[in-house]
Amino acid sequence: MAVTDAGKTSPIEAAPLPAPPAEAPLKRFLSDFADSRLALGAALLLAAIMIVAFLAPVIAPQDPYDLATVSVLDARLPPGTENFAGYTHWLGTDGAGRDLLSAILYGLRISISVGLASGVIALFVGMAVGLVAAYVGGRTEGLIMRVVDLQLSFPAVLVALILLAILGKGIDKIVIALVVAQWAYYARTVRASALVERRREYVEAAQSLGLSHARIIFRHILPNCLAPLIVVGTVQTAHAIALEATLSFLGVGLPQTEPSLGLLIANGFEYMISGKYWISVFPGLALLLTIVSINMVGDQLRDVLNPRLQK
Amino acid sequence: MSVFILRRLMQSALVMVAMAVIVFFGIHLIGDPVWMFVSPDMDQQDIEEVTRALGLDRPIWEQFGYFVLSALQGDLGTSFIFGEPALGLIIERMPATLELAFTALLMAVAFGIPLGLYAGLYPDSAVSKAIMAGSILGFSLPTFWVGIMLIMVFAVILGWLPSTGRGDTVDLFGVPVSFLTLDGLKHLLLPAFNLALLKISLVIRLTRAGTREAIHQDYIKFARAKGLSTRRIIGVHLLKNILIPVVTVLGLEFGSLIAFSVVTETVFAWPGMGKLLIEAIQQLDRPIIVAYLIMIVFLFVVINLIVDILYSILDPRVRLGDRGA
Amino acid sequence: MNDAPTLQVTDLKTHFFTKAGVAKAVDGVTLSVNRGEVLGLVGESGSGKTVTGFSILGLVDQPGRIVSGSIRLNGEELVGKPEADLRKIRGRKVAMIFQDPMMTLNPVLRVDTQMIEAIRAHGDVSEEAARERSREALVRVGIPSPDERLQSYPHQFSGGMRQRVAIAIALLNEPDLIVADEPTTALDVTIQAQILYEVQKLCAETGLAMIWITHDLAVVGGLADRLAVMYAGRVVEEGPVDQVLDAPLHPYTRGLIGSVPSHNRRGARLSQIPGMTPSLLHLPEGCSFAARCPRADDACRVMPPLEGFGPSRAARCHHPFTAENDGQEIDLTFNE
Repeated sequence: MAVTDAGKTSPIEAAPLPAPPAEAPLKRFLSDFADSRLALGAALLLAAIMIVAFLAPVIAPQDPYDLATVSVLDARLPPGTENFAGYTHWLGTDGAGRDLLSAILYGLRISISVGLASGVIALFVGMAVGLVAAYVGGRTEGLIMRVVDLQLSFPAVLVALILLAILGKGIDKIVIALVVAQWAYYARTVRASALVERRREYVEAAQSLGLSHARIIFRHILPNCLAPLIVVGTVQTAHAIALEATLSFLGVGLPQTEPSLGLLIANGFEYMISGKYWISVFPGLALLLTIVSINMVGDQLRDVLNPRLQK
Repeated sequence: MSVFILRRLMQSALVMVAMAVIVFFGIHLIGDPVWMFVSPDMDQQDIEEVTRALGLDRPIWEQFGYFVLSALQGDLGTSFIFGEPALGLIIERMPATLELAFTALLMAVAFGIPLGLYAGLYPDSAVSKAIMAGSILGFSLPTFWVGIMLIMVFAVILGWLPSTGRGDTVDLFGVPVSFLTLDGLKHLLLPAFNLALLKISLVIRLTRAGTREAIHQDYIKFARAKGLSTRRIIGVHLLKNILIPVVTVLGLEFGSLIAFSVVTETVFAWPGMGKLLIEAIQQLDRPIIVAYLIMIVFLFVVINLIVDILYSILDPRVRLGDRGA
Repeated sequence: MNDAPTLQVTDLKTHFFTKAGVAKAVDGVTLSVNRGEVLGLVGESGSGKTVTGFSILGLVDQPGRIVSGSIRLNGEELVGKPEADLRKIRGRKVAMIFQDPMMTLNPVLRVDTQMIEAIRAHGDVSEEAARERSREALVRVGIPSPDERLQSYPHQFSGGMRQRVAIAIALLNEPDLIVADEPTTALDVTIQAQILYEVQKLCAETGLAMIWITHDLAVVGGLADRLAVMYAGRVVEEGPVDQVLDAPLHPYTRGLIGSVPSHNRRGARLSQIPGMTPSLLHLPEGCSFAARCPRADDACRVMPPLEGFGPSRAARCHHPFTAENDGQEIDLTFNE
């Protein structure tokens, strides 16, 4: 009598039981994510940045690359100055007289596009290689992972730099360079989690049912590798954006006709010594906000998606 | 111990050979290698001459043998711009880069370990949270942007430190160094800090994580039960355990410091091999690019070897040759 | 002076102030240890025996702290002493040995470093003299070729050897009291026996007092002079080891003994105490064992005091198994 009571009233762990699984996974994921206000703020900021970047041609006050509207007479105007046409440049103008706010919006569009494109392609390349390595195993796996390790021992910036030195400038070239510099991170991630999944019983069960390799890989193993892949994908996309900016700043990335944020910063750098700080600083801040917000979202994703941390 | 080093040396040689193969055939894969050795203003006849002179009309295996042979003799081609051997140019610029990288490494340790230790010992204090927020920022900020901001604040606005060049140098064992003159030190400070920032953040994280883990270990409690002073517990028992991963990671990161010095050297006009590389890329001075690549691979291999040996010295558990009872 | 106990703990309360609430890990512990005596401190995990040990050394970490009570070592009050003074006592007057010898020695420091520093933390001793004393201590705990062993790293020792080194370190400054927290649990039975034998000899020879914390009654039965049984942060029974083991007063002690195979009658069912140790965050009113106790009734809603039974025994129970009420056979198996 007293004994059964004890079982109810004095459990060792007084902590509440985990939430009932009835909740929809997506809803639960969203509420977990929103647990951190900072991360939620970062996610909202990131969404806002993406929207204004992709709407740049619509919302930018000026088309900074339309020679008809840009006048060199307006060059290097400080923030808040009104130009001859009576239009106010809230963030000032750059060395060629372009409205800096507009240039930043267009630059963001290029930077984010390059980052996303290279991130997605590298993800698929790395995923394919990682899955093959984990699934096939043996010598093939050993060889693939040797290459991955060798490449990872060299900094991505160096790999991309050398590639661009050979390939030359251009959006397509920088995407190729970033993919080559980053695929190995994805391959390593996918292989690690695929290896774990591969040893699970359900994979063995699927194999004994005679399911095709492709079906086992894509329907059974891959979905279970998605969580780490998403986390790495976010962080690596931020990396790609920073890397592209760095390469463009160094003058080996994008040509002047396609000015990303990195190029804007580089162009403003020469005016910095003379105190015209805004030409470099504002594009830099835009870059900074983008990278930091992606990283914060990635951090929170890691916490939310990590099953070991789930209480 | 010597057996281990010998084995590692052989592995390193293997990596070097592999990289040489990749570089050589990579160049072939991408385009006619003669373009790596001619300047853009040569005409067709000149190009054919160079092709013959370089033996590029021979079978590819023969060419590879020639490439390896001349590379082993230290001949990696002649710079178009300077008209000097590319390898010599790289080596001439190397001390400046190494000085920058070593100073950055020193800064990473000098700032990173105390800050990380503090953040690990008092994780809930406001200062610790500020340190950690700073380290996250340090990870996120692109190096070149931080460099520009450093120049803006310390050189343009405050006017405390110079923004370009190496300043006065003096020869130390025949190698020019900046850190022995006041002017050189002033020039060194900003670029070194710029280069170090990422690594400072890394060391803070590593040290903090190590401290958080070690502080709950029984051996720390046992050390306290022995009545040791806090200073000795932190300075010897804790620190020696934390230093192992920190030194290992930092050693491996030294290569990335040299790689990132490309960025910092460009921002601060620091006359090192990174700046030389960027100029070479912009001026299509291909022999320098190849020489830089070979040199950097060599440096990486050497660094990895040194780190492995250092690691085995630091951690008695992996000490080579004695397996324990 | 000689009659006074080496250690006298009175009504000690050590609580942990966590986010989930206040965990009363030690909630009114009273015990004493005399010179040359081994006190066995017995209880399940979570009963507060380890925290009691740490409290004695002043090693309770945040968010825990000693709330009230008194710890007197040779008459000197330790509770409330500044950390600097406590540090001088730790390792010199009170030493501690931990459960897992694999974890207690610093893996990256040589054994001699770890021994010499323990001596030099408490006195101006030359490196040479400290090394010599370390050597002697290793000999005393039965470690062969001590000179060579001093130069070794912990990973070069076996588990039993490491625990001997830990004991040697505890002995270095000839303390008055050693708190040993399950020091043999992680070891093989044969090594356990050797170490127990040596510890017993040490106490008898040197007048060292010892608190041997364990959950293993079989170990402590052969080693200790007296037993203190802890449950949910309190001592529920105390007395000479033979008397407590042969005729336990408290139902909990009885349950513990019943669950040890060697103390059971052959063929009898090995009993288990039903239920679980209560959460220290939400201790019930009254006797904490009542919920699991076959003898519990309404009286147990009030916390029983630690009451004396004869000159040397005490128990915290409203319905102890005393001679007068123990006539009928009590069902040891705790059937419902």
